[in-house]
Amino acid sequence: MTDDIAAMTLELAQDPNSLVFLRLAEALRRKGQLDAALTVAGRGAGRYPELADAHDLLARIQADKGDGDGAFDAWTTVLRLAPDHLGAHKGLAFIAYRTGDLGRSVRHLTRALELAPADTSLASAIERIRSMMVSRTEPAAGAPEPAPAEPRAAVDATPTLLFDQQGRVLRGKLERSDGVDASDAVAAALAGVSREAERATRMLELGEWRAIAIESGAVNYELRTPTSETLLLVMRGREVPAGRLARIADKAVDQARQWLEELA
Amino acid sequence: MTAREQMVLDDITRVSGVKSAILVAADDGLVVAESALEGQATEAAAAFAARLAQRLAALTRTLHTPPMSVMLLQATGGQLFVAAGGEGLLLVAVTGNDVNIGEVRLALLDAAGRLN
Repeated sequence: MTDDIAAMTLELAQDPNSLVFLRLAEALRRKGQLDAALTVAGRGAGRYPELADAHDLLARIQADKGDGDGAFDAWTTVLRLAPDHLGAHKGLAFIAYRTGDLGRSVRHLTRALELAPADTSLASAIERIRSMMVSRTEPAAGAPEPAPAEPRAAVDATPTLLFDQQGRVLRGKLERSDGVDASDAVAAALAGVSREAERATRMLELGEWRAIAIESGAVNYELRTPTSETLLLVMRGREVPAGRLARIADKAVDQARQWLEELA
Repeated sequence: MTAREQMVLDDITRVSGVKSAILVAADDGLVVAESALEGQATEAAAAFAARLAQRLAALTRTLHTPPMSVMLLQATGGQLFVAAGGEGLLLVAVTGNDVNIGEVRLALLDAAGRLN
Protein backbone atom coordinates (compact mmCIF):
# COMPACT_ATOMS: atom_id res chain seq x y z
CA MET A 1 0.00 0.00 0.00
CA THR A 2 2.93 2.31 0.74
CA ASP A 3 4.11 1.85 -2.85
CA ASP A 4 0.60 2.66 -4.06
CA ILE A 5 0.53 5.80 -1.97
CA ALA A 6 3.93 6.87 -3.29
CA ALA A 7 2.81 6.24 -6.87
CA MET A 8 -0.45 8.13 -6.40
CA THR A 9 1.38 11.00 -4.67
CA LEU A 10 3.72 11.23 -7.66
CA GLU A 11 0.81 11.11 -10.09
CA LEU A 12 -0.96 13.91 -8.23
CA ALA A 13 2.22 16.00 -8.11
CA GLN A 14 2.58 15.63 -11.88
CA ASP A 15 -1.07 16.43 -12.52
CA PRO A 16 -2.69 18.39 -9.67
CA ASN A 17 -6.04 18.21 -11.50
CA SER A 18 -6.04 14.42 -11.45
CA LEU A 19 -8.93 12.67 -9.71
CA VAL A 20 -6.38 10.30 -8.19
CA PHE A 21 -6.67 12.45 -5.05
CA LEU A 22 -9.84 10.46 -4.20
CA ARG A 23 -7.96 7.13 -4.11
CA LEU A 24 -4.90 8.68 -2.46
CA ALA A 25 -6.88 10.33 0.38
CA GLU A 26 -8.87 7.13 0.89
CA ALA A 27 -5.64 5.08 1.10
CA LEU A 28 -4.16 7.55 3.62
CA ARG A 29 -7.39 7.41 5.65
CA ARG A 30 -7.27 3.62 5.76
CA LYS A 31 -3.65 3.77 6.88
CA GLY A 32 -4.68 6.10 9.72
CA GLN A 33 -2.77 9.09 8.31
CA LEU A 34 -5.75 11.34 8.85
CA ASP A 35 -4.04 14.73 8.72
CA ALA A 36 -2.42 13.89 5.39
CA ALA A 37 -5.70 12.43 4.11
CA LEU A 38 -7.55 15.59 5.13
CA THR A 39 -5.03 17.81 3.33
CA VAL A 40 -5.27 15.78 0.11
CA ALA A 41 -9.07 15.54 0.21
CA GLY A 42 -9.46 19.20 1.16
CA ARG A 43 -7.34 20.33 -1.79
CA GLY A 44 -9.23 17.99 -4.09
CA ALA A 45 -12.60 19.24 -2.88
CA GLY A 46 -11.31 22.78 -3.43
CA ARG A 47 -10.47 21.94 -7.04
CA TYR A 48 -13.72 20.06 -7.59
CA PRO A 49 -16.28 21.84 -5.37
CA GLU A 50 -19.20 20.23 -7.23
CA LEU A 51 -17.89 16.67 -6.83
CA ALA A 52 -20.07 15.05 -4.16
CA ASP A 53 -17.68 12.13 -3.62
CA ALA A 54 -14.88 14.55 -2.71
CA HIS A 55 -17.01 16.07 0.06
CA ASP A 56 -18.11 12.60 1.16
CA LEU A 57 -14.47 11.58 1.52
CA LEU A 58 -13.75 14.79 3.41
CA ALA A 59 -16.66 14.03 5.74
CA ARG A 60 -15.48 10.47 6.43
CA ILE A 61 -11.99 11.68 7.27
CA GLN A 62 -13.38 14.38 9.57
CA ALA A 63 -15.64 11.80 11.23
CA ASP A 64 -12.59 9.57 11.79
CA LYS A 65 -10.81 12.54 13.36
CA GLY A 66 -13.75 13.06 15.71
CA ASP A 67 -14.70 16.38 14.10
CA GLY A 68 -18.48 15.89 14.08
CA ASP A 69 -19.25 19.48 13.06
CA GLY A 70 -16.86 19.31 10.12
CA ALA A 71 -18.29 15.98 9.00
CA PHE A 72 -21.85 17.33 9.34
CA ASP A 73 -21.02 20.34 7.15
CA ALA A 74 -19.34 18.19 4.51
CA TRP A 75 -22.16 15.63 4.34
CA THR A 76 -24.73 18.43 4.19
CA THR A 77 -22.79 19.77 1.20
CA VAL A 78 -22.90 16.30 -0.37
CA LEU A 79 -26.70 16.20 -0.07
CA ARG A 80 -26.94 19.64 -1.63
CA LEU A 81 -24.96 18.33 -4.62
CA ALA A 82 -26.44 14.82 -4.72
CA PRO A 83 -29.66 14.46 -2.66
CA ASP A 84 -29.63 10.66 -3.05
CA HIS A 85 -26.07 10.07 -1.92
CA LEU A 86 -26.21 6.90 0.14
CA GLY A 87 -22.96 7.55 2.03
CA ALA A 88 -24.08 11.01 3.14
CA HIS A 89 -27.40 9.70 4.48
CA LYS A 90 -25.57 6.98 6.38
CA GLY A 91 -23.02 9.45 7.70
CA LEU A 92 -25.62 11.99 8.83
CA ALA A 93 -27.58 9.16 10.47
CA PHE A 94 -24.45 8.22 12.39
CA ILE A 95 -23.81 11.81 13.52
CA ALA A 96 -27.45 12.26 14.57
CA TYR A 97 -27.25 9.00 16.54
CA ARG A 98 -24.05 10.14 18.25
CA THR A 99 -25.66 13.45 19.27
CA GLY A 100 -28.76 11.68 20.59
CA ASP A 101 -31.10 12.91 17.85
CA LEU A 102 -32.60 9.48 17.24
CA GLY A 103 -35.55 10.74 15.18
CA ARG A 104 -33.27 12.39 12.65
CA SER A 105 -31.02 9.34 12.62
CA VAL A 106 -34.00 7.13 11.71
CA ARG A 107 -35.06 9.56 8.95
CA HIS A 108 -31.63 9.35 7.29
CA LEU A 109 -31.43 5.58 7.71
CA THR A 110 -34.90 5.18 6.19
CA ARG A 111 -33.84 7.21 3.16
CA ALA A 112 -30.64 5.15 2.95
CA LEU A 113 -32.72 1.95 3.03
CA GLU A 114 -34.90 3.27 0.19
CA LEU A 115 -31.70 3.81 -1.81
CA ALA A 116 -30.17 0.44 -0.87
CA PRO A 117 -33.10 -1.90 -0.10
CA ALA A 118 -30.87 -5.00 -0.10
CA ASP A 119 -28.75 -3.67 2.78
CA THR A 120 -30.20 -5.59 5.75
CA SER A 121 -27.87 -3.81 8.21
CA LEU A 122 -29.82 -0.60 7.57
CA ALA A 123 -33.15 -2.22 8.41
CA SER A 124 -31.79 -3.67 11.65
CA ALA A 125 -30.20 -0.32 12.60
CA ILE A 126 -33.59 1.38 12.12
CA GLU A 127 -35.30 -1.26 14.24
CA ARG A 128 -32.67 -0.97 16.98
CA ILE A 129 -32.92 2.84 17.15
CA ARG A 130 -36.73 2.75 17.11
CA SER A 131 -36.70 0.42 20.11
CA MET A 132 -34.30 2.81 21.86
CA MET A 133 -36.75 5.64 21.18
CA VAL A 134 -39.56 3.63 22.76
CA SER A 135 -37.49 2.79 25.83
CA ARG A 136 -36.55 6.46 26.18
CA THR A 137 -40.21 7.31 26.67
CA GLU A 138 -40.55 4.62 29.35
CA PRO A 139 -38.00 5.47 32.05
CA ALA A 140 -36.99 2.61 34.31
CA ALA A 141 -38.29 2.71 37.88
CA GLY A 142 -35.86 4.59 40.09
CA ALA A 143 -34.02 6.11 37.14
CA PRO A 144 -33.14 9.78 37.59
CA GLU A 145 -35.40 12.27 35.87
CA PRO A 146 -33.71 13.72 32.78
CA ALA A 147 -33.02 17.45 32.77
CA PRO A 148 -36.06 19.24 31.34
CA ALA A 149 -35.58 20.18 27.71
CA GLU A 150 -36.22 23.72 26.65
CA PRO A 151 -39.90 23.74 25.63
CA ARG A 152 -40.34 24.06 21.88
CA ALA A 153 -42.74 26.94 22.47
CA ALA A 154 -39.96 28.94 24.13
CA VAL A 155 -37.77 28.42 21.07
CA ASP A 156 -40.58 29.22 18.65
CA ALA A 157 -41.37 32.43 20.55
CA THR A 158 -37.79 33.64 20.24
CA PRO A 159 -37.04 36.11 17.44
CA THR A 160 -34.44 34.28 15.36
CA LEU A 161 -32.60 35.12 12.17
CA LEU A 162 -30.64 32.64 10.06
CA PHE A 163 -28.36 34.15 7.43
CA ASP A 164 -25.33 33.26 5.37
CA GLN A 165 -21.78 34.58 5.48
CA GLN A 166 -22.60 36.90 2.58
CA GLY A 167 -25.27 38.66 4.62
CA ARG A 168 -28.29 37.09 2.90
CA VAL A 169 -31.29 36.17 5.04
CA LEU A 170 -32.18 32.48 4.89
CA ARG A 171 -34.94 32.20 7.44
CA GLY A 172 -36.61 34.10 10.28
CA LYS A 173 -37.22 37.74 11.00
CA LEU A 174 -36.01 40.39 13.45
CA GLU A 175 -37.93 43.57 14.10
CA ARG A 176 -36.97 46.80 15.78
CA SER A 177 -39.04 47.82 18.79
CA ASP A 178 -41.10 50.07 16.48
CA GLY A 179 -42.08 47.04 14.39
CA VAL A 180 -39.86 47.81 11.39
CA ASP A 181 -38.37 44.68 9.80
CA ALA A 182 -34.60 44.89 10.30
CA SER A 183 -33.71 41.38 9.10
CA ASP A 184 -31.76 42.36 5.98
CA ALA A 185 -29.91 45.14 7.78
CA VAL A 186 -28.92 42.84 10.66
CA ALA A 187 -27.74 40.10 8.29
CA ALA A 188 -25.67 42.61 6.36
CA ALA A 189 -24.24 44.14 9.53
CA LEU A 190 -23.17 40.79 10.98
CA ALA A 191 -21.99 39.06 7.81
CA GLY A 192 -18.31 39.55 8.58
CA VAL A 193 -18.48 38.83 12.30
CA SER A 194 -17.76 35.13 11.92
CA ARG A 195 -14.49 35.82 10.13
CA GLU A 196 -13.53 38.39 12.79
CA ALA A 197 -14.30 35.90 15.53
CA GLU A 198 -12.34 33.17 13.73
CA ARG A 199 -9.33 35.43 13.34
CA ALA A 200 -9.51 36.50 16.98
CA THR A 201 -9.72 33.01 18.39
CA ARG A 202 -6.96 31.78 16.07
CA MET A 203 -4.57 34.59 16.99
CA LEU A 204 -5.33 34.25 20.69
CA GLU A 205 -5.04 30.45 20.49
CA LEU A 206 -8.55 29.98 21.86
CA GLY A 207 -9.56 27.27 19.38
CA GLU A 208 -12.73 27.35 17.33
CA TRP A 209 -15.39 29.92 18.20
CA ARG A 210 -18.77 28.58 19.28
CA ALA A 211 -20.96 31.45 20.45
CA ILE A 212 -21.06 35.17 21.03
CA ALA A 213 -23.36 36.44 23.78
CA ILE A 214 -24.16 40.16 23.82
CA GLU A 215 -25.91 42.19 26.50
CA SER A 216 -27.48 45.39 25.25
CA GLY A 217 -29.71 47.18 27.75
CA ALA A 218 -32.99 45.34 28.05
CA VAL A 219 -32.07 42.86 25.32
CA ASN A 220 -29.74 39.86 25.18
CA TYR A 221 -28.47 38.39 21.91
CA GLU A 222 -26.73 35.15 21.15
CA LEU A 223 -24.92 34.50 17.87
CA ARG A 224 -24.12 30.95 16.73
CA THR A 225 -22.79 29.11 13.67
CA PRO A 226 -25.14 26.22 12.82
CA THR A 227 -22.82 25.38 9.89
CA SER A 228 -19.58 26.83 8.60
CA GLU A 229 -21.56 28.82 6.02
CA THR A 230 -24.33 30.21 8.20
CA LEU A 231 -24.96 32.34 11.27
CA LEU A 232 -27.92 32.31 13.61
CA LEU A 233 -28.92 35.22 15.84
CA VAL A 234 -31.42 34.78 18.66
CA MET A 235 -32.76 37.68 20.68
CA ARG A 236 -34.68 37.83 23.96
CA GLY A 237 -35.44 40.39 26.67
CA ARG A 238 -33.25 40.52 29.78
CA GLU A 239 -35.98 38.68 31.70
CA VAL A 240 -34.65 35.53 30.03
CA PRO A 241 -31.37 34.82 31.85
CA ALA A 242 -28.21 34.31 29.79
CA GLY A 243 -27.96 30.62 30.66
CA ARG A 244 -31.51 29.97 29.48
CA LEU A 245 -30.96 31.99 26.32
CA ALA A 246 -27.96 29.74 25.59
CA ARG A 247 -30.22 26.68 25.88
CA ILE A 248 -32.82 28.27 23.62
CA ALA A 249 -30.01 29.01 21.16
CA ASP A 250 -28.91 25.34 21.31
CA LYS A 251 -32.41 24.28 20.25
CA ALA A 252 -32.62 26.95 17.58
CA VAL A 253 -29.30 25.73 16.16
CA ASP A 254 -30.67 22.17 16.01
CA GLN A 255 -33.78 23.38 14.19
CA ALA A 256 -31.70 25.47 11.78
CA ARG A 257 -29.43 22.52 10.98
CA GLN A 258 -32.45 20.29 10.38
CA TRP A 259 -34.00 22.91 8.11
CA LEU A 260 -30.76 23.35 6.16
CA GLU A 261 -30.41 19.61 5.84
CA GLU A 262 -33.96 19.22 4.50
CA LEU A 263 -33.28 22.06 2.08
CA ALA A 264 -30.11 20.40 0.78
CA MET B 1 -1.29 53.71 33.30
CA THR B 2 -2.54 55.09 36.61
CA ALA B 3 -2.29 53.27 39.92
CA ARG B 4 -6.08 53.11 40.06
CA GLU B 5 -6.32 51.46 36.64
CA GLN B 6 -3.66 48.94 37.63
CA MET B 7 -5.49 48.10 40.85
CA VAL B 8 -8.80 47.64 39.01
CA LEU B 9 -7.22 45.35 36.42
CA ASP B 10 -5.33 43.37 39.07
CA ASP B 11 -8.66 42.72 40.80
CA ILE B 12 -10.00 41.14 37.60
CA THR B 13 -6.98 38.86 37.16
CA ARG B 14 -7.45 37.65 40.74
CA VAL B 15 -10.60 35.84 39.59
CA SER B 16 -9.68 32.21 39.07
CA GLY B 17 -9.04 31.32 35.42
CA VAL B 18 -8.52 34.89 34.17
CA LYS B 19 -5.29 35.08 32.15
CA SER B 20 -5.33 38.77 31.31
CA ALA B 21 -7.32 41.92 31.94
CA ILE B 22 -6.81 44.83 29.58
CA LEU B 23 -8.09 48.37 29.32
CA VAL B 24 -8.44 49.16 25.62
CA ALA B 25 -9.11 52.26 23.56
CA ALA B 26 -12.36 51.38 21.78
CA ASP B 27 -11.57 53.39 18.63
CA ASP B 28 -8.14 52.01 17.74
CA GLY B 29 -7.79 48.84 19.83
CA LEU B 30 -4.61 50.02 21.55
CA VAL B 31 -3.74 48.87 25.06
CA VAL B 32 -4.22 51.58 27.66
CA ALA B 33 -3.36 49.43 30.69
CA GLU B 34 -2.98 45.75 31.36
CA SER B 35 -2.57 43.08 33.99
CA ALA B 36 -1.63 39.71 32.57
CA LEU B 37 0.08 36.43 33.20
CA GLU B 38 3.42 36.09 31.43
CA GLY B 39 3.22 35.24 27.75
CA GLN B 40 -0.28 36.57 27.14
CA ALA B 41 -0.80 38.33 23.81
CA THR B 42 -2.47 41.39 25.28
CA GLU B 43 -1.98 43.61 22.23
CA ALA B 44 -3.65 41.08 19.96
CA ALA B 45 -6.49 40.57 22.43
CA ALA B 46 -7.00 44.34 22.65
CA ALA B 47 -7.04 44.77 18.88
CA PHE B 48 -9.45 41.91 18.21
CA ALA B 49 -11.74 42.81 21.07
CA ALA B 50 -12.08 46.36 19.76
CA ARG B 51 -12.78 45.17 16.21
CA LEU B 52 -15.42 42.73 17.38
CA ALA B 53 -17.03 45.38 19.57
CA GLN B 54 -17.15 47.74 16.58
CA ARG B 55 -18.74 45.05 14.42
CA LEU B 56 -21.33 44.19 17.04
CA ALA B 57 -22.12 47.85 17.62
CA ALA B 58 -23.70 47.73 14.15
CA LEU B 59 -26.16 45.15 15.49
CA THR B 60 -27.38 47.27 18.38
CA ARG B 61 -27.51 50.37 16.18
CA THR B 62 -29.54 48.54 13.54
CA LEU B 63 -32.05 47.21 16.05
CA HIS B 64 -32.19 50.50 17.98
CA THR B 65 -31.18 48.84 21.24
CA PRO B 66 -28.71 50.43 23.70
CA PRO B 67 -24.97 49.99 23.09
CA MET B 68 -23.42 46.69 24.14
CA SER B 69 -22.59 46.51 27.83
CA VAL B 70 -20.98 43.05 27.88
CA MET B 71 -19.93 40.62 25.16
CA LEU B 72 -18.64 37.09 25.58
CA LEU B 73 -16.94 35.19 22.76
CA GLN B 74 -16.85 31.50 23.63
CA ALA B 75 -14.43 29.16 21.88
CA THR B 76 -13.32 25.57 22.30
CA GLY B 77 -10.11 26.58 24.07
CA GLY B 78 -11.06 29.71 26.02
CA GLN B 79 -13.16 32.83 26.19
CA LEU B 80 -12.88 36.53 25.46
CA PHE B 81 -14.94 38.90 27.60
CA VAL B 82 -15.47 42.53 26.60
CA ALA B 83 -17.28 45.14 28.68
CA ALA B 84 -17.90 48.82 28.02
CA GLY B 85 -15.35 50.49 30.30
CA GLY B 86 -16.45 54.09 30.28
CA GLU B 87 -15.72 56.97 27.91
CA GLY B 88 -14.22 55.42 24.75
CA LEU B 89 -12.77 52.47 26.63
CA LEU B 90 -13.31 48.72 26.75
CA LEU B 91 -12.43 46.29 29.49
CA VAL B 92 -11.23 42.98 28.10
CA ALA B 93 -10.52 39.69 29.84
CA VAL B 94 -9.12 36.50 28.34
CA THR B 95 -9.89 33.32 30.25
CA GLY B 96 -9.83 29.57 29.96
CA ASN B 97 -13.06 27.60 29.80
CA ASP B 98 -12.89 26.51 33.42
CA VAL B 99 -14.01 29.86 34.81
CA ASN B 100 -17.14 30.98 36.57
CA ILE B 101 -18.62 33.11 33.78
CA GLY B 102 -20.91 34.96 36.17
CA GLU B 103 -17.99 35.88 38.42
CA VAL B 104 -15.85 37.22 35.57
CA ARG B 105 -18.82 39.18 34.20
CA LEU B 106 -19.46 40.78 37.59
CA ALA B 107 -15.75 41.56 38.06
CA LEU B 108 -15.72 43.36 34.71
CA LEU B 109 -18.90 45.32 35.42
CA ASP B 110 -17.58 46.24 38.87
CA ALA B 111 -14.29 47.36 37.32
CA ALA B 112 -16.13 49.41 34.71
CA GLY B 113 -18.08 51.12 37.48
CA ARG B 114 -14.90 51.94 39.38
CA LEU B 115 -13.22 53.40 36.30
CA ASN B 116 -16.15 55.66 35.43
